Amino acid sequence: MNLLVALFKSSLGKKYVMALSGAVLVLFVIAHLLGNLQMFLGPEAINKYAAFLKASPEVLWGARSGLLLMVGLHLFSAALLLRENSDARQAEYEKKDLVAASFASRTMIASGIILFSFVVFHLLHYTALQIDPSFAEMHDAQGRHDVYRMVVSGFSHWWVSGFYILSMGLLCLHLSHGASAMFQSLGLKNERNRCFIDGAAKTLGLVLFIGYSSIPLAVLLKVVK
Amino acid sequence: MNITLRVWRQKSRHETGHFEEYEAHDLNPNMSFLEMLDVVNEQLTKAGKQPIAFDHDCREGICGMCSCVINGEPHGPENKVATCQTYLRSFKDGDTITVEPFRAAGFPLVKDLVVDRSAFDRIMQAGGFISVNTGNAPDANAIPVGKEIADQAMDAAQCIGCGACVAACKNASAMLFVAAKVSHLNLLPQGQPEKSKRALAMVNQMDEEGFGACTVTGSCEAVCPKGISLSFISKLNRDYLGAMLFR
Ligand code: HEM
Ligand code: FES
Repeated sequence: MNLLVALFKSSLGKKYVMALSGAVLVLFVIAHLLGNLQMFLGPEAINKYAAFLKASPEVLWGARSGLLLMVGLHLFSAALLLRENSDARQAEYEKKDLVAASFASRTMIASGIILFSFVVFHLLHYTALQIDPSFAEMHDAQGRHDVYRMVVSGFSHWWVSGFYILSMGLLCLHLSHGASAMFQSLGLKNERNRCFIDGAAKTLGLVLFIGYSSIPLAVLLKVVK
Repeated sequence: MNITLRVWRQKSRHETGHFEEYEAHDLNPNMSFLEMLDVVNEQLTKAGKQPIAFDHDCREGICGMCSCVINGEPHGPENKVATCQTYLRSFKDGDTITVEPFRAAGFPLVKDLVVDRSAFDRIMQAGGFISVNTGNAPDANAIPVGKEIADQAMDAAQCIGCGACVAACKNASAMLFVAAKVSHLNLLPQGQPEKSKRALAMVNQMDEEGFGACTVTGSCEAVCPKGISLSFISKLNRDYLGAMLFR
């Protein structure tokens, strides 16, 4: 308990929470992408995979609550840090050079908040099935939820695909900085590995962007139908 | 050369400040930035006006006393030099130069371009030392120190505590300063007995002084007149985490 209080009291403690929750979310987005790419293997593969994920409610809800907790911790420490960081400057400069601070590093809050609104929409859309109620009635020949048809139908609206691709761009931006900063926050970066980690984070962001965007793009271009 | 200066003037913390414009003529390009301010101040004094208050001491880049944000960059446009070693040849004839004080809640303004950086002294007092019982000076080579460690410790020890890192950071974070001071001692064998205590005490004091947290933008490293590396912040994160969990 003392450790928990100390964690949220110190600026470094909040960054540890930020980095650890961020790291779990990074692992999740990588795994989630690998799952989603089965869209290109056809209805059988993705529907079977979806049924497999939902086979055990205990595991499913265990994973869901874990992820929700991570998002909660990430948001909570972001809010605390935002307040402290803006209190620390008070008077602004009239003229300010950006000196080395990348666009991604200066906009973590903005990219994070828009990402959060995307996550809410995404969950309502494909998990809670609230945006288009017809999704709930889609079943394949084996009686499984027809995830393939749901995704194709969802992404055939240009505004859904557009918001999705835009959000993946922001995820790329957030992680091009965040996936490297988390190593710094946890004390794992040093003079030897810093260039590699910086490069790897940017590459990861780009790979995630291309991977995730390929699905709505393939639907819009009628490659996947 | 001729320069137009826009300088932040503020009588005290409790009064509102504003920019004032000054023309400085016939300057030698090999004058330092501070010498140019001296010239302007002489003019102001002769005209019966208040000279611009600015901090300075050694004027050779080693004391950390000079400050100022020059055209939006702490210590001006050149890399790895302090304001006192910034020369007018770094600017163009006819330039307008904006000069502001370091701005941070942890560095309250005193007057014009002078800010109170004693928060750094209090951070040092919290743990920036090694406790040794008095007695004869020990033999210089009694404790062997590996070359690589010694080099790293000396890189960290280069920090002159000027506060440019705070001034440049979008969060006004003092992490680079604290990281350099903690790492300098925590790397060396003499610093080991108080390693955890030092990391905890200095970071806690830093938080108390109202500095922000690190977002790893790298601005601090870019403006540091001594080129202190961002990697020391990673080391501080590591030392503090270890101290928090295992002390
Ligand atoms: C839910 C909305 C989100 C918000 C509001 C948010 C906000 C932030 C902010 C403000 C930072 C920078 C903290 C700082 O140093 O000042 C950050 C860092 C980070 N975020 Fe997010 N983020 C969100 C979602 C995500 C997602 C979905 C992921 C991963 C897929 C993620 C991964 C990371 C990582 C790895 C870091 C670096 C941690 C560090 O600086 O040590 N974030 N986030
Ligand atoms: S006056 Fe001493 S470092 Fe500039």
